[in-house]
Amino acid sequence: MITYIIRRLVAAIVLLFVVSAITFSIFYLVPRLAGATPESLATRYVGRAADVETVELTAERLGFYDPIWVQYGNWAKGVVVGTTYDMGAQDVECPAPCLGYSFITRQAVFPELMDRAPVTFALAIGASILWLITGVSIGVLSALKRGSFFDRFAMIFALAGVSMPIFWTGLMALAFFSYKFNITAPGGSYTPFTQNPAAWAYDLLLPWITLSLLFSAQYARLTRAGMLETMNEDYVRTARAKGLVEKRVVVKHGLRGALTPIVTIFGLDFGLLIGGAVLTERVFSLNGLGNYAVQGIFANDLPKILGVTLLAAVFVVMANLIVDILYAVVDPRVRTR
Amino acid sequence: MRNTRWRALGALAAVAALTLSACGGGDSGDGDGGDSGSSATPEFNAALSEVYNPSDKKGGIIKAAHSSDWDTLDPGETYYGFSWNFARLYGRSLLMFKAAPGDASNELVPDLAEDLGEPSDGGKTWTYKIREGVKYEDGTEVTAADVKYAVLRSTDKKTFPNGPAYFEQFLDLPKGWESVYKTPDLDTDQAIETPDDYTIVFHLKQPFAGFDYLAQLTQTMPIPQDKDSGAEYRNEIVSTGPYKFQDLQPGKGFKLVRNDQWDQSTDPNRKALPDGWDVQLNVNADDIDQRLQTGDLQVDLAGTGVQPAAMSQVLSDPAKKANVDNPTIARLWYTSINPTVKPFDNIDCRKAVMYAMDHKSYQTAYGGEFAGGDLATTILPPQIPGYEKFDLFQAGETGDLDKAKQALADCGQPDGFETAMAFRSDRPKEEATAEAFQQALDRVGIKVELKGYPAATYFSENCGLPPFVVKNNLGLCTNGWGADWNDGFGFLSQIVDSRVIRETGGSSNTSVRIPEVDKMLDAAVLELDDAKREADWAEIDKRVMEEAVVYPGVYAKSVLVRGQDLTNVFVNDSFGMYDYMSMGVQ
Repeated sequence: MITYIIRRLVAAIVLLFVVSAITFSIFYLVPRLAGATPESLATRYVGRAADVETVELTAERLGFYDPIWVQYGNWAKGVVVGTTYDMGAQDVECPAPCLGYSFITRQAVFPELMDRAPVTFALAIGASILWLITGVSIGVLSALKRGSFFDRFAMIFALAGVSMPIFWTGLMALAFFSYKFNITAPGGSYTPFTQNPAAWAYDLLLPWITLSLLFSAQYARLTRAGMLETMNEDYVRTARAKGLVEKRVVVKHGLRGALTPIVTIFGLDFGLLIGGAVLTERVFSLNGLGNYAVQGIFANDLPKILGVTLLAAVFVVMANLIVDILYAVVDPRVRTR
Repeated sequence: MRNTRWRALGALAAVAALTLSACGGGDSGDGDGGDSGSSATPEFNAALSEVYNPSDKKGGIIKAAHSSDWDTLDPGETYYGFSWNFARLYGRSLLMFKAAPGDASNELVPDLAEDLGEPSDGGKTWTYKIREGVKYEDGTEVTAADVKYAVLRSTDKKTFPNGPAYFEQFLDLPKGWESVYKTPDLDTDQAIETPDDYTIVFHLKQPFAGFDYLAQLTQTMPIPQDKDSGAEYRNEIVSTGPYKFQDLQPGKGFKLVRNDQWDQSTDPNRKALPDGWDVQLNVNADDIDQRLQTGDLQVDLAGTGVQPAAMSQVLSDPAKKANVDNPTIARLWYTSINPTVKPFDNIDCRKAVMYAMDHKSYQTAYGGEFAGGDLATTILPPQIPGYEKFDLFQAGETGDLDKAKQALADCGQPDGFETAMAFRSDRPKEEATAEAFQQALDRVGIKVELKGYPAATYFSENCGLPPFVVKNNLGLCTNGWGADWNDGFGFLSQIVDSRVIRETGGSSNTSVRIPEVDKMLDAAVLELDDAKREADWAEIDKRVMEEAVVYPGVYAKSVLVRGQDLTNVFVNDSFGMYDYMSMGVQ
């Protein structure tokens, strides 16, 4: 098991290296191949009235005259040992892991990511707890009461949840619950957990519910399908024949078997969400990683985009790793392989 | 069958619930607006030519939001109209535009200075006297040396690459000058002198009649040298205005609280009514519109108007429309006709486009008469002093196809020709404009291929890059321009002067290369007589239009929602949005 984990860790590091190289190439090499010059790239970082000298100074400062592998090498070196940026008036230190420096906001990327990560974590954890509880419960009950009114209603609810995009449900929820009835916090509200846990939960309640509506619908359908399959397995019939109480049959034998695909999907979903719940953060104006990425895209701020991409890749890889380990816990058959 | 019926019932219920919530979302919770006690009557355009809900009542916090990040709060580098409007709350430039509704706001008035600039040496030297007793938030008195430092500091384009570049263009800076950081000991008196603590003298390379307009830039807001942290100063600003920063979190927001060192007796322009401002950044633009209507928010700082989703809500409901203002702003949406691309090197082929285009469809593409703007026939918008109404290519609202065909025959392309048109692919209005051109020009045989490019690289790598334009046959480029300030030089210099076109890209001028116009611009900036200078701008406008290298689309308008409970609300024409410095809250 330990060898397996080490092997997966090494593979994860290689994967991250590849992701960073590809992402770097997309933003810095592809435009050059398409005909962009170092100066034309630099014009993204200067004002509209900048003269030729300013543009050239900026291109030089950002290292655009260097070959692309040198640029990538400098960036990668910054990640490992840190680097220094020439900001004209003074040099700015960017300690490791330096994921770049935004020449638009004049901030190092990594501290900004760390500053925003708690918002995204809070959003993802709260929403995922909600959708796991509601999604899996509804799925199990639907499977057990197959064909009943509850089953049909729950599946219609699931269909509606999956069908409604979050930028719509989010805005509707805000209009209705925050602005019409004043039940929930308005958009842009966020109180750090360490400051006031109650306010933290209150501010995030609507984003949690909105986000979990989308996911719990998917999980309800997945769980229902999985439960229907496992409840017809021979070992479930055997368990019943042995005289086990129904509750134990459902939870211990049925649900446990149905959970394996749920855990897989959950790992991927959670990892992606941590990388930035872009739409939810945008709709609710939460300053998390997703909103940070959007700001980077709108401002064409490449270091920001590169930083978020790499961090998202780290989370997805980590989540996958954890899922693989959890497999063994959830499904005894995996342990025997 | 039963299954289908159940599903249909459920879907119907879901749709009904969501529709109800959609309708409910826009309802005003405050009935008639809650403006009791005020003599102001809410009505459409009430804050355009007069002050809406006038009051001298102090107190309260104005809640404001912006849908993206601030470019920078540093007065030496910020380069957005809304930011220049807002900066007056925490900084004092030498001059400012008068805080008044209508045309009056185009008048320059002294702020930190005691009076307008005193020109000498034929407009090559400008002298300003600074008010005594103006203090920074730490109690230190502002001197002329601080203004000199701030202006010189802003010329460092290595540290502040995004700011306006007018001062380095005009000031007679000494040889070897790099920046206040790299060459601090270099004598800069040949550019700016401070003979005493309250006098500052600017020396220019050449006479410039409009220097007072530069003196109103935020770059003349004083900065104490010992508190200057270069690029980091944007997060550590030292105030000279009635408010100072508190709890500034980059990319998230900040608060403005009263600056107790600000003295009303030194400031004839500001009332400083609210106790403070609470500003949120990166807020969803649609959410901002909703919150403006429900009263949860009072100011949308961008000042560019509501999003399409809220547009129909606020314009179709009479109660909501009564809280809307629809100003025309000093911005022109236009299309460049590039003479470097064949067959547009022939003026008659360019004229064919001028006659064949359906002007009304241009307006429709931008959202119609309210959201889009008024049909334009000149480059200068009506707000710019010197604007003269004329139409050199009279073709009605939908184009004159006979004149277009004649122009095509004159240019040797009687059956039309093929060209390409560029637009910013992430701007639906520009895409709709390009489609309108495609359809209108097709009527006379001009086949237009549409090519979309990202806004972020549009001028640096596409339409603003001359070799790219020729290589990709971009005969037409959608374009737009807003004045740095409401003056002919502020509006025209960056879009009709051929010398701003850079072969390396980045210029907004993609099509105007007329040496005669360059000379006319040079002559106009030397003219000290206001009336004559303004007449010069109109002549330049006509001369450029004669060459048919610009198709003027619409003079832009915006749909602004007046925030609930705001007092002293009016549109300041010099910014094209509500005047943030003057407003208060009930």
